[in-house]
Amino acid sequence: MDKGMKKRWISLYVENQVGVLSKISGLFSGKGYNLNSLTVGTTEDPTVSRMTIATVSDDETFEQIKKQLNRMVEVIKVIDFTDIFVRMKEILYIKVKKCTPEDKVELFQIAETFKAKVIDYGRDSLLLEFVQTATKNDAVVKLMKEEFELIEVVRGGSVGIESISMMER
Amino acid sequence: MKQISGNKLLVKALKEEGVEVLFGYPGACTIDISDELYKQNDIAVVLPRHEQALVHEADAYARTTGKVGVCLVTSGPGATNLVTGLATANYDSVPLVCFTGQVARHLIGNDAFQEVDIVGITRSITKYGVTVRNREDLGRIIKEAFYIARTGRPGPVLIDLPKDVMCELGSAEYPKNVNIRGYKPNTSVHIGQLKRAIKLLQKAKRPLFLAGGGVNIAGANEVFRQVVEKTNVPVITTVMGRGAIPTNHPLFIGNLGMHGAYAANMAVSECDLLFSIGTRFNDRITGKLHAFAPHAQIVHIDIDTASISRNIQVHIPIVADAKDAITKMAEYVEECSTKKWLAEIEAWKAEHPLTMRPNPKMSPLDIINEINTQFDEAILVTDVGQHQMLVAQYAEITEKKKLIMSGGLGTMGYGLPGAIGAKIGNPDTPVISVSGDGGMQMNIQELATAVLEELPIIACIFNNEYLGMVRQWQKLFYGKRYGMTNLRAGALSRRTDGAEYPEYTPDFVKLAESYGAKGIRVTRKQDIAAAFEEAKKNTKTPTIIEFIIDPEEMVYPMIKPGGTLEDMIMDC
Repeated sequence: MDKGMKKRWISLYVENQVGVLSKISGLFSGKGYNLNSLTVGTTEDPTVSRMTIATVSDDETFEQIKKQLNRMVEVIKVIDFTDIFVRMKEILYIKVKKCTPEDKVELFQIAETFKAKVIDYGRDSLLLEFVQTATKNDAVVKLMKEEFELIEVVRGGSVGIESISMMER
Repeated sequence: MKQISGNKLLVKALKEEGVEVLFGYPGACTIDISDELYKQNDIAVVLPRHEQALVHEADAYARTTGKVGVCLVTSGPGATNLVTGLATANYDSVPLVCFTGQVARHLIGNDAFQEVDIVGITRSITKYGVTVRNREDLGRIIKEAFYIARTGRPGPVLIDLPKDVMCELGSAEYPKNVNIRGYKPNTSVHIGQLKRAIKLLQKAKRPLFLAGGGVNIAGANEVFRQVVEKTNVPVITTVMGRGAIPTNHPLFIGNLGMHGAYAANMAVSECDLLFSIGTRFNDRITGKLHAFAPHAQIVHIDIDTASISRNIQVHIPIVADAKDAITKMAEYVEECSTKKWLAEIEAWKAEHPLTMRPNPKMSPLDIINEINTQFDEAILVTDVGQHQMLVAQYAEITEKKKLIMSGGLGTMGYGLPGAIGAKIGNPDTPVISVSGDGGMQMNIQELATAVLEELPIIACIFNNEYLGMVRQWQKLFYGKRYGMTNLRAGALSRRTDGAEYPEYTPDFVKLAESYGAKGIRVTRKQDIAAAFEEAKKNTKTPTIIEFIIDPEEMVYPMIKPGGTLEDMIMDC
């Protein structure tokens, strides 16, 4: 039952109105579609919001998702990000607690390797900020969970925009 | 510039939309609208006895007139009572605009008296729903609501009206035009795709038309008949599509699906091209998906892109209004060589004709046949259950006879209010509803509405003292354990362990009389004709005809849920 089961991205232009977010997320829960992440914010036009949605689905379901989104009155435009050149990043904060001095050294090394920023610092804790693809963030979270005793994670969900030149992710 | 209240603008808007009838039930949050409606005479206000029946009435009115049905109910319980009716209309693509009262804006979210988030509750069962948060948006929102409800794939739209917004003064302008950037229904037909589809049709050895409810909704029946006759390609319909072509037409095979005719289901299985129009390939028609139309290439015309390739993978999709597409087809199609194919179909028809085992006392078929004989022109409305499937199988639907029912959602209690709405919209057409004794009791209070509105509908009850369709499943698949389906069950039957049952209640004839309607009970087939004759003479009030039916009557053929043709039960 694989049929092209994979992670896919959609960018949506929607009316910036009360209830639209709920309607879109309700479509996913009501019809049993997977919703991996959803971000939303206003655009240069305050009446329009833009969403980036990540979903894991097979080819047929994904086609349905796009059609169902398209037929919603509040949805202005649906763009499939799966196979086009886009810039897409996710913000990830990791707070590492109960750090030993050796841990801190290691954390700085990790930050350098992953081009993360150490944005805050305490007696036995450190706060790192990663801005990279969600897939890389997945890897970072996995690594940090293995390496450190106590971490706190918050992720923003991917936001994406079509590239100008041919550039991937 | 002249300023008017929101309530006044609403009534003005309804008039400009050409609304002739409004189905309304009042309450605290809509009392000002009731007051505005009281002051005018252009829009007739019908007061049903329950909001659920109210939506069904507006729904049937819309289905049988092609106009948008309009509902007005109050906030809270008035609004929540709409839910089933909205879902019914949404499933069957019925254009409705429903206004719900709402508490004043400053009270929203406070758990105020009769406050519910009705837009949130109905989000997944309406085409569009919105709360009017600013007085200046009111006119635009109403204009958009009517437009959204009737265009594209029609559907119900809900507008929630906070009481203070409606009292506020504002512009008296009702907009003339609509421009919704996220909603541009398809109004053209892709000629290239259509030509490809027609090419397949002409080349096919066993082509078959499958017509769904979309053909009826689009009013494409006449042009569809022309295309069918020109091509000589046989037709099957879904339950909702029945009447797409007259059922007495030689090229009509029957309905397909769970209770479809043997020949119709065989035709789907054997066809090499399934040319489908306005259907969403619901599980009740496809059965097991991989066994559906296994040898066929599939063409699918539908106004709703999301209906295409959802359940069944389609080879040629065409997004278009059925009437537009079929009208274009009529220009291009030529006769197909289907003689051999038609002969095969005739053989299947002869092998297992659609019929019911005769019953010496009275069979449902006797009643339906009598309706077919006595009425040249009629609107038939059914409730949901065995009687519905039997009517769908045996009712003759021609140019002058129409059939409506809750097909998608399968809403019990649709029959009687459906007949009321249909009659209000079509006062000169005989309207006959058929309900089971279960469904009839789900909106029986509407007898009052029918009497007061002076609607001479003929409401038939097929009374078998059971919830027959569920009983049928219990008989076939659950070892005849009739749990929860015996409508005579009660304390006495529990006390005596099923040895004794109370008398059936209610007495439908007395009940009808108590409402001021006419009641007739029929127990033998020789009395059926006379009952309808008598009902026809009663032109001022509704007539209830209760037919006493054998509970053992079954709907055949039947394909088990999720089954294939091999599972078809013909009779037992």
